[in-house]
Amino acid sequence: MAEVIKTTTTSTSADKRPILLEVKDLKKHFPIQKGFLLSKTVGYVKAVDGVNFYIRERETLGLVGESGCGKTTTGRLILRAYEPTAGEVWFNDRNMGRVNVPELDGKQLKLLRQNMQMIFQDPYSSLNPRMTLLQIVGEPLLVNGVAKGAELQDRVAELLRVVGLRPEYMTRYPHAFSGGQRQRIGVARALALHPQLVVCDEPVSALDVSIQAQTLNLLQDLQEQFGLTYLFVSHDLSVVEHISDRVAVMYVGKLVESATTDALFRHPLHPYTEALLSAVPKPDPRSRTESIVLPGDVADPANPPSGCYFHPRCQYATEQCQVESPTLQELEPEHFVSCHRAAELELVGVLGQEVHFNSGAKAR
Amino acid sequence: MEVKNLKTYFFLDEGTVRAVDGADFVIHRGETLGVVGESGCGKSVTARSIMNIVPRPGKTVEGEILYHRHVKGGEHIVDLTRLAPQSDEMRNIRGAEIAMVFQEPMTSLSPVHTVGNQITEVIQLHQGLDRATARQRAIDMLDLVGMPLPDRTIDQYAHELSGGMRQRAMIAMALSCHPSLLIADEPTTALDVTTEAQILKLMQLLQNDLGMAIMYITHNLGVIAQMTENVVVMYMGKVVERADVDTLFYHPQHPYTRALLQSIPRLGQKTRERRRLASIRGMVPDPYALPQGCAFHPRCSAMVAGKCDVEEPALLEVAPGHLVRCPICAGVG
Repeated sequence: MAEVIKTTTTSTSADKRPILLEVKDLKKHFPIQKGFLLSKTVGYVKAVDGVNFYIRERETLGLVGESGCGKTTTGRLILRAYEPTAGEVWFNDRNMGRVNVPELDGKQLKLLRQNMQMIFQDPYSSLNPRMTLLQIVGEPLLVNGVAKGAELQDRVAELLRVVGLRPEYMTRYPHAFSGGQRQRIGVARALALHPQLVVCDEPVSALDVSIQAQTLNLLQDLQEQFGLTYLFVSHDLSVVEHISDRVAVMYVGKLVESATTDALFRHPLHPYTEALLSAVPKPDPRSRTESIVLPGDVADPANPPSGCYFHPRCQYATEQCQVESPTLQELEPEHFVSCHRAAELELVGVLGQEVHFNSGAKAR
Repeated sequence: MEVKNLKTYFFLDEGTVRAVDGADFVIHRGETLGVVGESGCGKSVTARSIMNIVPRPGKTVEGEILYHRHVKGGEHIVDLTRLAPQSDEMRNIRGAEIAMVFQEPMTSLSPVHTVGNQITEVIQLHQGLDRATARQRAIDMLDLVGMPLPDRTIDQYAHELSGGMRQRAMIAMALSCHPSLLIADEPTTALDVTTEAQILKLMQLLQNDLGMAIMYITHNLGVIAQMTENVVVMYMGKVVERADVDTLFYHPQHPYTRALLQSIPRLGQKTRERRRLASIRGMVPDPYALPQGCAFHPRCSAMVAGKCDVEEPALLEVAPGHLVRCPICAGVG
């Protein structure tokens, strides 16, 4: 199994804000085991296979990709909910300074998690049905010895108010709330300890459109109010475009492209990003665009193709793509791409298609 | 197919849920109709009422579903609500003339039968073909929907296929008897965007080839805009607006439709200035305790006190083919 080591490049551009989180060559391989008593490992699912990115303070990084591409796993690796197989996660902790998350011991990890929290996808299964709101939202405060008793109640009431729920609801159980309200409870729980980084794992995909807009607005308001940094994991490109400052695209465990939102959506450099953008049905009947239909299915992360993982589905693939695995390189300032032909290809972004439409011709 | 004042209620211990409470629309032969709405607005129950498979304790209490059936020597109108769910005539229509593609391909395919067995069963039942011919037809259908290696996948089980392939198998099954109406209930919601694009493209091609009418039920306004000709917007079991797709997206009249269109983030329209999405305040009301008058009035920005919260609005025609259930907007517009 030839493994091409990726080079980590830090951005050359000078953004004022310091980097809060830097992920270097992060890997997670889940073993595939066969047999019952004497089980042995027959292979690995390379869920995350060498991911590099960084997030600046107070910004939102959107992480997009199709199901099974490893975006959720990446989010969990950062919090060390899973043990990474390899790689570094450097986090600029408020109290401990710059730390490498995979090397921390139990005590340090507990401190770290006060500053890193998570919002989950499914508001129905991520809240314990036997706990009241006071217990759910108050648990992180209690466990970390921040508040108890009457002070705890005050803090929880304040948190509920911040996310737009009435403090009187404190004694109720989650079943009494709708999906959107439950997601607010999840947000309140994540904010209880005033974290620096919040990993949002598909926080709006289980919600209705009108509720989705409310929740996105809430997340943006809270970011401004508390100076939060978000890692926003989602498969919905429109939502990611709306909320993110920068976007990273994953395909079969690898990062294929990352750039500022505008650059990525207007001038994508990776063919997969181009196809992804064109595949989103646009809510405008006057621009019926032909989307780039990718042949076949997403590659199996247990048995990925040779060379560039995307080459069997890529319309621009050459012989080089079948053999050689591309590395992530910074082609333009803050625009990283992992494609052999990135520099020569002229790909169409979201606006490109509209230009085609305005000139009366259908794109492609 | 004409649906007139359809009402399907669920009689539960906690009270009566009026899942569909006056749905009116027409689907012409070969037309593509989109049905949009949030969860719980009655879109799926409408589809199930048409198929006559409303689960108990639900019941169609009022209204007509007139299906213009093509039979030898002319057209023949059947009211599907009058047919018993298990009658021979209903069974002949269901699956053969009106077919349905469900949202979750994993749960709607049988896990213990091969894909091929499930498709051949449909063909044998409705067309009376023998096993071998039916199997060949099934392989042809799988080939038509773009299934790779159809003569091998026909003997596979649903769990062996990927999400996109399962949905292809569902479509193959639905199309195997050349229905005149295909009801697609959230056909791509469970799929990834690139797979979604494949399936939508496939549906378009098949519609061109086979000339059937398609009723798309979805909450995704993008799919509606790209795929349909006419659109029905539903809210709490009622049709609140009905228009062709261009009018609906460019001149929506009903406040709910407008709010819905404004609340979606649009690709390529991100602007730093417009950082906030317009959201609809409040939430979908409790189906057991619907607000009096217009069901949308507590969330509506154009609400007129003393009118919207008292009178139940009627569906008014503001322009030819454009119907709105809101007297205020119809009067202004």
